[in-house]
Amino acid sequence: MVEIEAQPDAAPTQMATRGVPLNVAGVATRTAPTDLSVEQPELVFDCREIGVRYNGVRALRDVNLQIRRNAVTALIGPSGCGKSTFLRCLNRMNDLIPGAEVDGVCLYHDEDLYGPNIDAIEVRKRIGMVFQKPNPFPKSIYDNIAFGPRVVGLKDHLDDRIEEALRRAALWDEVKDRLKEGALSLSGGQQQRLCIARALAVEPDVILMDEPCSALDPISTAAIEDLMTSLKTDYTVVIVTHNMQQAARVADTTAFFSTDQGETGTRCGVLIEVAATEKIFTKPENERTEAYVTGRFG
Amino acid sequence: MNAANRTASTAAANAVASSLVGRRQRSVGARLFLFYLVFSTGFGLVALAVLLGTILVDGLPFLDLTLLTGAPSSNPGMAGARPAILASIMVAIVLVATALPLAVATGVYLEEFAPRDRWWIRLIELNIQNLAAIPSIIFGILGLAFLVRGLGLGPVLLAGALILGLQMLPTVIIAAREALRAVPASVRQGGMALGATRLQVVWREVLPAAIPGIATGSILGLSRAVGETAPLLMVGAATFVSYNPGLLTQYTVLPILIYQWMRLPQADFQGLAAAAIIVLLALLIAMNGFAIWMRNRHERKW
Repeated sequence: MVEIEAQPDAAPTQMATRGVPLNVAGVATRTAPTDLSVEQPELVFDCREIGVRYNGVRALRDVNLQIRRNAVTALIGPSGCGKSTFLRCLNRMNDLIPGAEVDGVCLYHDEDLYGPNIDAIEVRKRIGMVFQKPNPFPKSIYDNIAFGPRVVGLKDHLDDRIEEALRRAALWDEVKDRLKEGALSLSGGQQQRLCIARALAVEPDVILMDEPCSALDPISTAAIEDLMTSLKTDYTVVIVTHNMQQAARVADTTAFFSTDQGETGTRCGVLIEVAATEKIFTKPENERTEAYVTGRFG
Repeated sequence: MNAANRTASTAAANAVASSLVGRRQRSVGARLFLFYLVFSTGFGLVALAVLLGTILVDGLPFLDLTLLTGAPSSNPGMAGARPAILASIMVAIVLVATALPLAVATGVYLEEFAPRDRWWIRLIELNIQNLAAIPSIIFGILGLAFLVRGLGLGPVLLAGALILGLQMLPTVIIAAREALRAVPASVRQGGMALGATRLQVVWREVLPAAIPGIATGSILGLSRAVGETAPLLMVGAATFVSYNPGLLTQYTVLPILIYQWMRLPQADFQGLAAAAIIVLLALLIAMNGFAIWMRNRHERKW
């Protein structure tokens, strides 16, 4: 899954394929692919000055954040700090919210997600999403996974594809004998893993998870956390979580969001600090981060 | 545990129990309200039972094979309702083939695709609400002016069925929209997040999930249309039709035949009318039963 291909002549209006090499300075020169084992994996997202307004009211501003390949990036922060809003910018799910406007530049493999010729549908095929509350479709387990491949046109070897997705989501052994049964008969944790499998079945590059464990019991949560760790070998994972221990357990990089008084006096989400997870939790540079991770605020 | 202890704990239990018993005393107002609720429910049930009872007593002696297979006749002993039963069934089929798909498609567009903030969408929505409240006789006048005379269809079954369809539209549109609205937004988001287009999500997920609700609403609207009389009187449903109806022939439907028989002087026709009511009720109950079966079969929990 980590094949690298150089596309030096890729037209800027086309979506870059997975694996376009890191463009260090954000300039138009592209270098040959480098070995991934060196310390800095390539950039998947390079967000510059990202902000969001809902019906003209600013909810998030000036987020500069880089997200690297084959890593788990966690977004933490108090309620209303805009972390979920930011996550939805990354696969243009904000498009679906009437009145939501995104500004700034969000580069995905060097291509602006909000560029004029970008097809949001195409973006969401590459960048999958798992929601806070498990939301399987009211149909069989098999048809849930098959939905994505069917709509994006990956119809060959559907059975294999479905088995593969369920295996990757660590659900295959539990459901292999009941694929035709309704997905809503599964437990909450199984439903969430089904939703992850469903996202994997369309062969995305990135998986976004919006508080995927907040509706689950501790055992299911542990299962999903294990899953995140195994998924990062093939995918890039971005997770929003309320649970700091969870971020500490699974994330390689952690970004702390909080709120500021906005332009019009309303509270507005900002990115305070982003660093390696260990650093955020042990030696944060910003005192607001420190106050939050030590439990004095939030 | 020794005896003293047991006594003490029993006493404590009694104290708790008695304090709870005390709360069972309802206030006079609460009792009156409850009585009113039970009385209202009972009133409807009793009225319905009396109505059904009278019809069964009057109609059952006349409910025989002749009623189902015979044609109308001036001789009550030979009169039957076959042409009317067939016409009612044909009307239902025309409604299912024309008004139903139109109404469901309208509901899907308005609920899933229409830009809600546009004035013309609001105007359409407002008009649909109002259309549901228009007296059925007005639809009859429209049918007479537009279909029977304007298009020159004449007083044929198709014209009657189409006007009933028009009358049924708003009911089914509203039912379809409500059924679609009951599908959680998370289903749509989940589909969109997989790279599906809005159309794919609606067609493959939202609409199938809404089908039980749409079916229930549709069949209720259909039942109402099949039991309707007034607009058909306006568009020229005949009262005496002794041949099997076709789409483009004169026709009579069950409610109109019942109306006709009730007006005849011979006492036996009153009994025949009651028997025809039983047939109509059976038809409608069968349709509603189908709706309930359909809903239970596809029932989903979110």
